[in-house]
Amino acid sequence: MRALGIILAGGNNEKLGVLTQRRAVSALPVGSCYRAVDFTLSNMTNSGINKVAVITQYHSRSLHDHLSSSTWWNFGRKQGGLFIFTPYVSNEGSLWFRGTADSMYKNLIYLKRSNEPYVVIASGNAVYKMDFNKLIDNHIETEADITVVYKDIIDEDFRNYGAISFDETGRLFNLEEKPFEKVSDQISLGIYVIKRTLLIKILESIIPEERYDFVKDVLIGHRKMLKIMGYKFDGYWRAIDSVDNYLKLNMEFLQKDVRTLLIKDQPYIETKPKDEPPVKYNYAAAAKNCLVGSGSIINGNVQNSVLFRRVYTGENSLIKNSVIMEGCYIGNNCIIQNVILDKEVVISEGKSVIGTPEEPAVVAKGEVV
Amino acid sequence: MRKKEMIALLLAGGQGSRLGVLTEQKAKPAVSFGGKYKIIDFPMSNCINSGIDTVGVLTQYEPLSLNRHIGIGIPWDLDRRSGGVTILAPHLRAETGAFYSGTANAIFQNMQYLESNNPENVLILSGDHIYKMDYAKMLAFHKRNNADVTIAVLEVPMEEACRFGIMNTDVNDKIYEFVEKPEQPVSNLASMGIYIFNYSLLKEALNDDNKIHPDSDFGKHIIPMLLEREKRLFAYRFKYYWKDVGTIESYWQANMELIKTLPDFNLYEDFWRIYTSDDHQPPTYMGESSDIRTSIVSEGCEIYGSVVHSILGTEVFVDEGAVIKDSIIMDKCHIGKGAVIDRAIIDSEAVIGENVTIGFGENIANELKPHIYDSGISVVGHLSVIPDNVTVGKNCVVYGDTKHSDYRLTENGLELPSGGSVIIESEGGI
Repeated sequence: MRALGIILAGGNNEKLGVLTQRRAVSALPVGSCYRAVDFTLSNMTNSGINKVAVITQYHSRSLHDHLSSSTWWNFGRKQGGLFIFTPYVSNEGSLWFRGTADSMYKNLIYLKRSNEPYVVIASGNAVYKMDFNKLIDNHIETEADITVVYKDIIDEDFRNYGAISFDETGRLFNLEEKPFEKVSDQISLGIYVIKRTLLIKILESIIPEERYDFVKDVLIGHRKMLKIMGYKFDGYWRAIDSVDNYLKLNMEFLQKDVRTLLIKDQPYIETKPKDEPPVKYNYAAAAKNCLVGSGSIINGNVQNSVLFRRVYTGENSLIKNSVIMEGCYIGNNCIIQNVILDKEVVISEGKSVIGTPEEPAVVAKGEVV
Repeated sequence: MRKKEMIALLLAGGQGSRLGVLTEQKAKPAVSFGGKYKIIDFPMSNCINSGIDTVGVLTQYEPLSLNRHIGIGIPWDLDRRSGGVTILAPHLRAETGAFYSGTANAIFQNMQYLESNNPENVLILSGDHIYKMDYAKMLAFHKRNNADVTIAVLEVPMEEACRFGIMNTDVNDKIYEFVEKPEQPVSNLASMGIYIFNYSLLKEALNDDNKIHPDSDFGKHIIPMLLEREKRLFAYRFKYYWKDVGTIESYWQANMELIKTLPDFNLYEDFWRIYTSDDHQPPTYMGESSDIRTSIVSEGCEIYGSVVHSILGTEVFVDEGAVIKDSIIMDKCHIGKGAVIDRAIIDSEAVIGENVTIGFGENIANELKPHIYDSGISVVGHLSVIPDNVTVGKNCVVYGDTKHSDYRLTENGLELPSGGSVIIESEGGI
């Protein structure tokens, strides 16, 4: 095996509000049947990386629930496996991860006990399909110490990402986290390749100096000492970083090219199977331009929406431009427009929830309207 | 090995010949049902939901598709270190070895499997039926009665009792007589082909009977023999949904019943899940031009046409302008632009060309097999192709990669009139 994987799934994002009140961003449901972390996990397993650590910290219960069995992603084998690392208490006190580099340092034994030459580090918050083999090949070809994956800014809000630029030889010139002004036309995707032994060496040297952040202390801090190269990714890529962007990226699953890439084309994005029955459309149903998760029962009118599994919609109800997560119940005569319903929300008969595309209304998990 | 209280043996070798081309290349238990499921998923899921973790599946007729579906039992959590699922095919032995000649003979030929597990009780099931049943409750009933054999029975209408194997019982449901298809039934308790045997008694009975009957059968031989020996046989009354989909029409009907707003057979319960092969379960996409009502649609479908009162398997593609009505479309079919399908069963991976019409014209029974295709339903076989602009009537059979030259040119264009068949022998044989 060429590489082992580390997925950084510990983060919260204030901008996601109630959606991440009780779950990590990586555990957010997307695209009718997936959770955000499925994309990076599947990319790793589909690229032959069969030893992966998921590092969690913030509200990890739902992520743990999702990762309850590693077999869904074809890990659970004699070789490799899926490791889940959370902070723990020891003689030296409580060991909260003080930063991304620290979270890896705290689990250094995972790196030391492996013999894979490379490590692929990626965030669990993005929706994309990437062959990490090509990335590792490129890393080897360019003889880089570290490779950073980046893309051109298309319509992303540059203030949410790391602005990245390279010099004429292709080496990392600057990386600035979440700048207020546009300093580059490219952003870092938070995906890196590094030699395992080098990563161990760097972590062991920076952590005693109380430097805990991977971007700041490993990348920026070493950009002159190390050969840090870029790898440009041209495919579909979206990070979940705000409520309206969350709605938008779910809506993009309705576009043919995105849907085909993420849902239909092999290799598949794998997720925890739920063994729900087929979708049932009763006599008053109408469904146009929407994704519907299995186990749902549709009586109403659904348009331009993404419905997750086991959603019930009542008669004469209209659901438009909305994301309806697993287990929601929408009664008769309701109007749901530009809305994100978190899991297991109940909309009582005759009630309406209406938002705007720019500011979608969000109903928190388990609420009754 | 730790002794198990009960293991299951599932008889899945039947052809189901009255299902026509649907069982041309697969055994009846491997036929799709309710969209994403196969018939065998129901007894398999019942086993795991009842806490049975050792299941032997006896195959004989066309086992490939069944073997592939069951694999090592992952969908049913039956991939176990101890027990799990084992496919039991007929095999050669030093002296003899033969195909399974009867239900009891099939079990007898697998005594080695039973011996190696050495359970207290053996549950014998058929892989042909659709129902949800807690075998643990039946076992509790078996133990409570200190029974040697317990047979699950269904109360059928008295006037239909003459079509079933009927158990005559005393007030405690102890069986004193078994009559196969009685002309003058005295009871309406029909055998469901589900038995719990005390293992030591089963062994003895199989050994004895197979010396007399080379085609040893539970209904015909074993049960009457045990009654004669005055063993304790009990009838376990099952009061819920149970279907044997033996014919094209009953198969179609049972599927259609699932569409009702409140069907008798509920697939949407949380705590008795039916499991099936689950390697890829993406959502379904309904296009801008889709129109869908009173239908069941499985995972991964892409629908741009109109679907009314129909059942779709997984990954079915329905193109714009296509109309599907009162039909069953199985996994991975492609329905071309403007095709109209009315009252048909399309088996998996079939391709229906653009502007094809299926189900027009008069209801004339099939010319080759009128006893199978007489209910107005046309059937298109697995992997079959119907080229663009062809019209197919009622009670028709299309099987294989058909071309325009296989159809008759009439004033309405290329046509297969009602009752006609187009069967193309493929290299694999049919």
